[in-house]
Amino acid sequence: MAIKVQMPKLSDTMEEGKILKWLKKEGEQVEQGEVIAEVESDKADMELEAFDSGTLLKIVVPEGKGAAVGAVIAVIGEEGEKVDDLSGEDDSKKDKKPDKPEKEEKEQKEDKEKADTTERKQDTPEIKESEEKPAPGRDGRVKASPLARKMADDHGVDLKALSGTGPEGRIIKRDIEAALEKGVGKEEAPSYAIDEPVAETIELTGMRKAIARRMVESKTSVPHFYLTVEVDMTNIVEMRSRVNEMQKEAKVSFTDIMIKLTAHALLKHPKVNSYWAGDSIKRRGQIHIGLAVALEDGLITPVIRSCDRKGIIQISKEAKDYAERARNKKLKPEEYEGGSITISNLGMFDIEEFSAIINPPEGAILATGAIVEKPVVRNGIVVVGKTMRVTMSCDHRVVDGAVGAEFLRDFKRMLENPIVTLL
Amino acid sequence: MAIITWREALNQAMAEEMERDENVFIMGEEVGVYQGAYKVTAGLLQRFGEKRVIDTPIVEASFTGIGIGAAMVGLRPIVEMMTFNFSILAMDQIFNNAAKMRYMSGGQFKVPMVIRGPNGAAHGLAATHSQSFESFYSHVPGLYVIAPSTPADAKGLLKSAIRDDNPVIFLESEVMYGQKGEVPEEEYTIPIGVSDVKREGKDVTVVTWSKMYYIVQKAADELKEEDIDVEIIDPRTIRPLDDSKIIESVKKTNRLVVVEEGWPFASVSSEIITRVHQKAFDYLDAPIERVNQADVPMPYAANLEKASLPNVERVKKAIKKVLYIEE
Repeated sequence: MAIKVQMPKLSDTMEEGKILKWLKKEGEQVEQGEVIAEVESDKADMELEAFDSGTLLKIVVPEGKGAAVGAVIAVIGEEGEKVDDLSGEDDSKKDKKPDKPEKEEKEQKEDKEKADTTERKQDTPEIKESEEKPAPGRDGRVKASPLARKMADDHGVDLKALSGTGPEGRIIKRDIEAALEKGVGKEEAPSYAIDEPVAETIELTGMRKAIARRMVESKTSVPHFYLTVEVDMTNIVEMRSRVNEMQKEAKVSFTDIMIKLTAHALLKHPKVNSYWAGDSIKRRGQIHIGLAVALEDGLITPVIRSCDRKGIIQISKEAKDYAERARNKKLKPEEYEGGSITISNLGMFDIEEFSAIINPPEGAILATGAIVEKPVVRNGIVVVGKTMRVTMSCDHRVVDGAVGAEFLRDFKRMLENPIVTLL
Repeated sequence: MAIITWREALNQAMAEEMERDENVFIMGEEVGVYQGAYKVTAGLLQRFGEKRVIDTPIVEASFTGIGIGAAMVGLRPIVEMMTFNFSILAMDQIFNNAAKMRYMSGGQFKVPMVIRGPNGAAHGLAATHSQSFESFYSHVPGLYVIAPSTPADAKGLLKSAIRDDNPVIFLESEVMYGQKGEVPEEEYTIPIGVSDVKREGKDVTVVTWSKMYYIVQKAADELKEEDIDVEIIDPRTIRPLDDSKIIESVKKTNRLVVVEEGWPFASVSSEIITRVHQKAFDYLDAPIERVNQADVPMPYAANLEKASLPNVERVKKAIKKVLYIEE
């Protein structure tokens, strides 16, 4: 019995994957657990292992092509076995026309497949693959009327980005119509008409699509508000250079120190270590901190686990390892998911202050700027201080103004006088 | 067009068919000398004589069986039930002989007969005499079931039923006999198994038949004031059920309410809703609603009887529910 190999869901947010490379050819033998292909998800390049042993009968999705999660990308079976009998799409069709000669049907199917390939070239994969795509939001348990699902599918609207106005939040026709009018949840941004010819068209990578989708989702569905404090970094600057003189195990960065102190602050303020779950607020039991890492064609936020239980040197080593592997796209999904909060630092670019977009479902994000020398008043005297500005973006559904402010005040105190973390 | 009552329309249909075909005859309780319990057969005894308008004793199983036998040997009986509640006594004849004779004799015997009479609740007839039978009879393969709403449909369909070679259950209503409507003056028939768009609208589809049609029309008139545009589809024939116009309409409005006089469990509305789910699932924007009689034996108390039956308010509420309009 031939077995369909489906595009696996390699991350929580993955909806589509691209086959980078097939490591097996049609007709070759594959063993269970053997790597048969390399797949680009929205976050990383991953190896795809075969779940079954047998002969790779057919490669459905060729190298360089994308397929929706759950779509059939290859078929494994016994040598010589016919593949046409099972390619999912046509099962239903076969039932309806049982009297049709098999040969004719096969020919028709081949024709259809040819047509499919041509049409994919014409940039309409969404429509062609819709049959094999899982219903939008099935995993996210989005409630929508059948008509709304169909309309969303037809117009490429992401149901997860919408909120329904029907009973129990059901997404109904009028919600889709409203979304279409406003353009919310559109998977692809409207194409802007420019008279002059464009210099270059950049094809979207999985990562670029994921960034676009998640940032739009966050900015349109998470009510952000922002808190900014200025922190006197004199002590930290001194402390850091001393630490790096004292030991050569790891070169500690300001970010490493901030990760540790953020963990401390979260320990004290569990309300910030929470996320919105639709019908409730979930408080996390652990403190995992995400670190935004810029890549050539995007960014990713590897998550350092249990930062409250790790020393700064340990954190520093892990952060370096993650950043390195992130740049090589070798992170595993579990390494960039499940953060409590994310720290995004643009200080190295001399940015003094900015606000960041929350990385859902996290409850907040910290944006840290450059440490600059400027006059500060200390004990009534103006002196040259080293200051840094931190802006916290909060999800108001989870973190209220005062809650965020208290967190930030403590974070500032810890940075200014790290000794307080030992009290 | 002439404006006549349901009663007159049925009377005309039978008289015309008796005139047309001498094999057509009428049999039942009080159909002759008394001119019909509800005067539907008025004048027929005088016009066609005792041989073709036969008063029977109160023995539903027997005269239904006699009708089936007569049909098997080539006559075309119209058997009148004083009400369909009494047809329960003849169900063995109807289910096992009328419905199955053609099948079990390998087509050697046909049963061209019509069993007709009032169906459903009237007023104050209590639990045993206020039942709707369309789901009972349409459950059985081999029977046609017709339940029209207007005098014109009633006349055209009764004529087709009399001419058809299969046993037909023809459902009327005591409270509809006086209902007037336009009926063509020239000879016409309406084919069995063809539904009708009774009112065009764009917002919601309501499927209903027989006397519930008048309740739905009233609800639709009232909702028009609130800018709600109701489309009414009357299947007219319950079995075979023509769902084409229903599906087409649901594809347009994306919402459906079925209004049926009888109980909800295993009902005609169940069948319609199943078909719409199968054939128009992707077009539905709201769960389908239905309005049926309350799932209880009909109360005798007038206020409870009224509360038990579908009414304008319940129909309006169901329509608003599928439109997601909160009140």
